Amino acid sequence: MTAAQLAERVRARSSDVVVQRGEAMLVVERDELLEVLAWLRDDPELRLDFLSSVTATDRPGHEPRFWVVYELYSGEHRHRLRVKVGATEEAPRVPTVTGLFPTADWHERETYDFYGIVFDGHPNLRRILLPDDWEGFPLRKTEELGGVNTRYHGAFIPPVDRRTS
Amino acid sequence: MSDLGAHASAELTADSTAELRQETMVINMGPQHPSTHGVLRLLLELDGETVVSCEPIVGYLHTGIEKNVEYRTWQQGVAFVTRADYLSPFFNELAYCLAAEKLLGIEAPPRAQLLRVLFCEMNRIASHLVWLATSGMELGAISMMLYGFREREQILDIFEAATGLRMNHAYVRIGGVVMDLPEGSTGRVGDFLETMTGRIDEYERLLTKNPIWIQRNAGIGVLPAGDALAFGVTGPTLRASGVARDVRRDEPYAGYETFEFDVVTREGADCYARYAVRIEEMRQSLRIVEQCLERLREPGPVMVEDPKVRWPAVLEVGPDGIGNAPSYITHIMEESMEALIHHFKMVTEGISVPAGEVYVPVESPRGELGFYVVADGSNRPSKIKIRDPSFANLQAVPEMVRGGLVADTIAVIASVDPVMGGVDR
Repeated sequence: MTAAQLAERVRARSSDVVVQRGEAMLVVERDELLEVLAWLRDDPELRLDFLSSVTATDRPGHEPRFWVVYELYSGEHRHRLRVKVGATEEAPRVPTVTGLFPTADWHERETYDFYGIVFDGHPNLRRILLPDDWEGFPLRKTEELGGVNTRYHGAFIPPVDRRTS
Repeated sequence: MSDLGAHASAELTADSTAELRQETMVINMGPQHPSTHGVLRLLLELDGETVVSCEPIVGYLHTGIEKNVEYRTWQQGVAFVTRADYLSPFFNELAYCLAAEKLLGIEAPPRAQLLRVLFCEMNRIASHLVWLATSGMELGAISMMLYGFREREQILDIFEAATGLRMNHAYVRIGGVVMDLPEGSTGRVGDFLETMTGRIDEYERLLTKNPIWIQRNAGIGVLPAGDALAFGVTGPTLRASGVARDVRRDEPYAGYETFEFDVVTREGADCYARYAVRIEEMRQSLRIVEQCLERLREPGPVMVEDPKVRWPAVLEVGPDGIGNAPSYITHIMEESMEALIHHFKMVTEGISVPAGEVYVPVESPRGELGFYVVADGSNRPSKIKIRDPSFANLQAVPEMVRGGLVADTIAVIASVDPVMGGVDR
């Protein structure tokens, strides 16, 4: 199915779907996330039963601040769909999809690790790549890049993000 | 007396074994263990020699590549992402550049695409050779390690001649590749093709029917197709479970639809099937490389013409290595102020990419390597997410080792071929 046909098919159920640069993207409400993903997975014409990736984006000052992004693929029909669900700054929570896609386990842990998104119902929501006692969520835009302040022969070389504009 | 004694000792034995059974031992395998392929740590719960449960612990090689790229220009990003999965640098570069090109709405010229395919397939062979060499070593076939690294060295020499580096090449660039092949490269690749075909046959003579190799691999670490898909497994590990899925064929990029090759599958779903798949994939890669060489006879540009996109450089190999050609230096330093301004702007500020988001998958040696890239219209990526195949594939390891022996855990990890640089990023 082409992205346009896919979007047409999805629109029958969920209206907020667009096609950009040949990729179909669907925005869903948090309450309906699990229901929609289950439908996308099981619908014989869509069969989006392979979850490639889960991540999030962060735009401070926007509402919602975070978007959690799911990349779905259908091996049978060879088409892809991106599903996005918003999460607010005050309550960055979305339900876990590990019940539908076991592979989401580590992907959601990574998203929690990097962005502090809490996946309600996740069986083991701990940090995965950063140390357990790390403070903060480093891929949030409000976090600095960090780095090592370097002093050499009296010169001070600041972390890289403070060297450029 | 003797009757009583026998009874008592029998009771004692039954009791103590029952007690022993209840006690399992938790041990750490890794992160500093040569056969965990880098810094992978496995928390193993053992009942004697049997694995009761296994938890992979990752993150020891986390370098914050995704965060770093947000602070660099679009072109600089290439030099960062190439370091993620360090055994498949060309794939990281390619997926990143394809994503940026998709956002820009441009396409690299045909010759650049050919070179990308050529280097990716050579890289696939090199990566599979490292896997074969290290797996062989871990299971006792030491000679395989020597042979595997010997042939890989040949490939790395070709990479070095063309890109200046053996790894982390930053050769694929937004809009094409950094420079055309140096004189004599196609001949070297041709020589390699000739020897490699026979070498793969030699590996097979060494291993395929070797009773010890079969014993260590056949029936070990079985992962049925359904489980593999649920865990997000892709690449040779998935194809060894009988699922013919390959991004090169299913969602072609860089002109793969014009090449003839087979998607290799096996039904065994065990370590041996994964071995068989990778061996045959090396042959298929050689086929693709051969087709590349044929088409590379046609000269052509290797970078888009648009001066607002192309990297401002004319590279040449000089006596001190690869660098800007003296003629280009003279042009910007002595002849044209506009050219100097343009050069300066492109190098420091870089290109701006229109706002949007894309997800671009490629077939790396380990499976679906996807780049989700978000642009906000500025000269830096707003976000990149590397969907690394090893990251997803590792999730299936507990399932594959449960109920098996500790020694088989080694075979299973080897058969999944995880690269921690990609997992931890």
